[in-house]
Amino acid sequence: MSPSSLKLKLFNFVKKASPTRGVEYLLTWIGFSIVALIIFSAIFAPYVAPYDPTKRVGDLLESPNTRFIMGTDGLGRDIFSRVIWGSRTVLYITFLSIAITLICGIPLGLLAGYVGGAVDSILSLIMDAMYAFPGLILAIAIAAALGPSEITVAIAIAVIYIPTYFRMVRGQVLSLRESLFVEAARAIGAKDRTIIFKYIFPNVITSIPIVLSLNAADAVLTEAALSFLGLGPIVPPTPDWGFDLRMGQVYLAAKIWWPSTFPGLMIVLLTLGFSLLGEGISEILNPRLRR
Amino acid sequence: MVSLRVYIVRRVLLAIPTILILLTIVFLVMRVAGDPVAAILGAHAPQEEIERIREELGLNKPLYVQYFDYIWQLFHLNLGRSLIWGQRPVLVEILEHFPATLELSIFAFIVSIIIGIFTGAYSAQKYNKPVDHMFRIYGIITYSLFIPWFGLILQLIFGVYLGWLPTGGRIDPLMEPKHITGLYVLDSILTFNIPSLISSIKHLILPSITLGIYLSGIFTRLTRSNMLEVLRKDFITAARARGLPEGTVIYKHALKNAFIPILTMMGLQFALLLAGAVLTETTFSWPGMGTFLTERIFYRDYTTVQGTIVFFAILVVSVSLIVDLLYAYIDPRIRY
Amino acid sequence: MSKTILEIKGLKVYYYTRDGVVRAVDNVDFFMKKGETIGLVGESGSGKSTLGFSIIKLIPPPGKIVDGKIVFDGIDLIKLNEKEMRKIRGKRISMVFQDPMTSLNPLMKIGDHLVETIMAHEEVTREEAEERAFALLKEVGIMPDRFHDYPHQFSGGMRQRVMIALALALNPDIVIADEPTSSLDVIVQFQILDLMKRLKEQFNVGMIFISHDISVVAEVSDKIALMYAGQIVEFADAISFFEKHLHPYAELLLQSVPNIQLSDQKLKYIPGMPPDLLHPPSGCRFHPRCPFANSICKEKEPPLIEIEKGHLVKCFRHK
Repeated sequence: MSPSSLKLKLFNFVKKASPTRGVEYLLTWIGFSIVALIIFSAIFAPYVAPYDPTKRVGDLLESPNTRFIMGTDGLGRDIFSRVIWGSRTVLYITFLSIAITLICGIPLGLLAGYVGGAVDSILSLIMDAMYAFPGLILAIAIAAALGPSEITVAIAIAVIYIPTYFRMVRGQVLSLRESLFVEAARAIGAKDRTIIFKYIFPNVITSIPIVLSLNAADAVLTEAALSFLGLGPIVPPTPDWGFDLRMGQVYLAAKIWWPSTFPGLMIVLLTLGFSLLGEGISEILNPRLRR
Repeated sequence: MVSLRVYIVRRVLLAIPTILILLTIVFLVMRVAGDPVAAILGAHAPQEEIERIREELGLNKPLYVQYFDYIWQLFHLNLGRSLIWGQRPVLVEILEHFPATLELSIFAFIVSIIIGIFTGAYSAQKYNKPVDHMFRIYGIITYSLFIPWFGLILQLIFGVYLGWLPTGGRIDPLMEPKHITGLYVLDSILTFNIPSLISSIKHLILPSITLGIYLSGIFTRLTRSNMLEVLRKDFITAARARGLPEGTVIYKHALKNAFIPILTMMGLQFALLLAGAVLTETTFSWPGMGTFLTERIFYRDYTTVQGTIVFFAILVVSVSLIVDLLYAYIDPRIRY
Repeated sequence: MSKTILEIKGLKVYYYTRDGVVRAVDNVDFFMKKGETIGLVGESGSGKSTLGFSIIKLIPPPGKIVDGKIVFDGIDLIKLNEKEMRKIRGKRISMVFQDPMTSLNPLMKIGDHLVETIMAHEEVTREEAEERAFALLKEVGIMPDRFHDYPHQFSGGMRQRVMIALALALNPDIVIADEPTSSLDVIVQFQILDLMKRLKEQFNVGMIFISHDISVVAEVSDKIALMYAGQIVEFADAISFFEKHLHPYAELLLQSVPNIQLSDQKLKYIPGMPPDLLHPPSGCRFHPRCPFANSICKEKEPPLIEIEKGHLVKCFRHK
């Protein structure tokens, strides 16, 4: 696919993505709205959150009421404010981990696909081994080894997804490598580097957004899981959804559900948002199984 | 097209480098952790103590020697000894906790398959009708369910508010059946211990459903899309043209063909199952490998942590191997 | 005088696609006597396959039978529900498909295909069904020791033999063969055609032989039905058709078949483009490509008239 037909596809995508056509578009819009809303509230946290999330502002464990719409936690802090501020940590780590994944995964995939041979075999073997291993457990190992901090958690999460991008990029490079327009480029004497960046890379880029959204969804879940297990980046009293959920567990038996439920709900919502976004984009760019 | 035997040999040989790579990764990651001894003994321990333990653990040897020791020990099924509490062999401790995880995984897996495959097949049958859309959304939602949260909600509803089911643990205290396999349900059945059976099943329900529903989403979607693809194939029309009943066409001809990629997915899902089990166990205080691992991390018992992860790696590779072999047995075309 | 076993009147089968309504079969009349072989010829998109599938009501969505009657042995098949149709499919009307590789279940032994079909329609034990299956395989020239093999272990020609065995397993009245030789190489084509001719006699079965290749059709058919753009434009017995191809399309079609005995030929082809079935041409659908087209051909659709006994044509040139 040439660069100009790529622009055409983008144009069609934007044109088609109106919320009035079909279930897919609706879902995409819902996903997009959720993610946008949460990002917005993360950026503008100081203005959106009514209270300081680290300070006690009410009685302990107040149930949701007009002053504290999500109630207060075991230390009298407003849960809603904690939830708002907590989104910062999650989003920061998510995007950081995605950045790391992209920086590592894509070039390696390009390299392996284009160069082939022993380099490819070795890299593929390593990546396949990593891909098969349970992501969370790998993340647990890395987070445990590197110690708790935002960067280390981001690295732990990033590592899980590198094989996915690697495989995808490598696969595309392999099929594109032999395609006509690349042959033509070689025939006119283009350098390898030019071929990779000008011809192969733009095509590979189109399949990334889908994986990106799902990657983000996964990253949110993994970050929450690590925090929940006590391996997260958080030093209390910084708010973090996974950590707060864990802290709230002890009160459940007493029917005090709000300290755990609301942070957990946010985790699910953000993940859902990214998932729907990813699904939707995927349906729109490559509609499958039409009548 | 080669015989099953040749395929088996080739496939097993492929597993070996995979395991080596994983073991190496684990080794490297654990070494990055810095000096574990100081972490265990505390910063104020006397220097001789630190030196002694370091020597015991072989930490003062050069890296590559440590590596070879490590691999050599693994070959002899030696995962090292725990750094805490009487230094029991890691392997023994793992095997004590493994049945709990195994039991949970089996039940969760069964739940996920049953829900996933039947909703997927049904969804494909009712293509593009409202039911179909519903199940597609179900697939997306289940994947986003954060296990601790989902488990928590189920605990609240069925445990705290309705009081029907226990919210944690594996069995009521002092009700464990006689230890034969370590799987409480099986052991209860084998020893005709009805109260134990009931108790263990009651404790299994919520965690299995939590993990099972989480995993089922992927099966629903996969079954549905594979079924849709298969149902378009010529041999399905040909089967209908021979007047075969629709039930036979869908469940015998179509599902069997759609099943193969699902089987591969099951193999891949095993990794997800393990990861999910870790979270499920911590949520439901289930005494399996998940809780074991997190506990030991907390205590900085780094040999045990390393050993456990190695165990996971071997487990995953083995299961993937078995699945591939099963796959080759079922689909005669695959034996390249 | 054998009786009419299949009579189709005014059949309309339309596909309701996102881009519009495709009139794949538009008002077709067709009849067939017991034991006859009718060759249904046409280019791709002419509607011949759709016609074949509509007889056993296996039109894939978004297609639908919109109008008409399909009377088989006195029963109007259109009125039957699915359960009743299943008794007819495979047992009284069966089908041979074009691509035998994709038409057989790759995970099922070929012997089991036969056994399953037999047991679905008749009350027999598995042993009895297996015996019959062995006999059928022998009839089509497959050694019994291959009963337990899988489809991918056979060559294309052998697979097609299996399909034929499946089609004849329950002694049907009609076999609909949809391009049965199109995916085979020429030599194998001959073998299969020979086989079909022999079995046709032996089992006394009627056949609707669908193909785009007129020379193949000529080998087996008693009668020829020529289809164009969803309609039957000429219908006659084979000899009559080849001698007196009345419809201009038939004329051009036969001219375009290269003759190996003449040297120095230029390849003749039919001018123009195949018709767009979403917006078929007005009047006679062939008129854009017809060398004899008149003004009336553009305005009105010619009726299908019997010019001589047993020879029908849909063309204003013949009245």
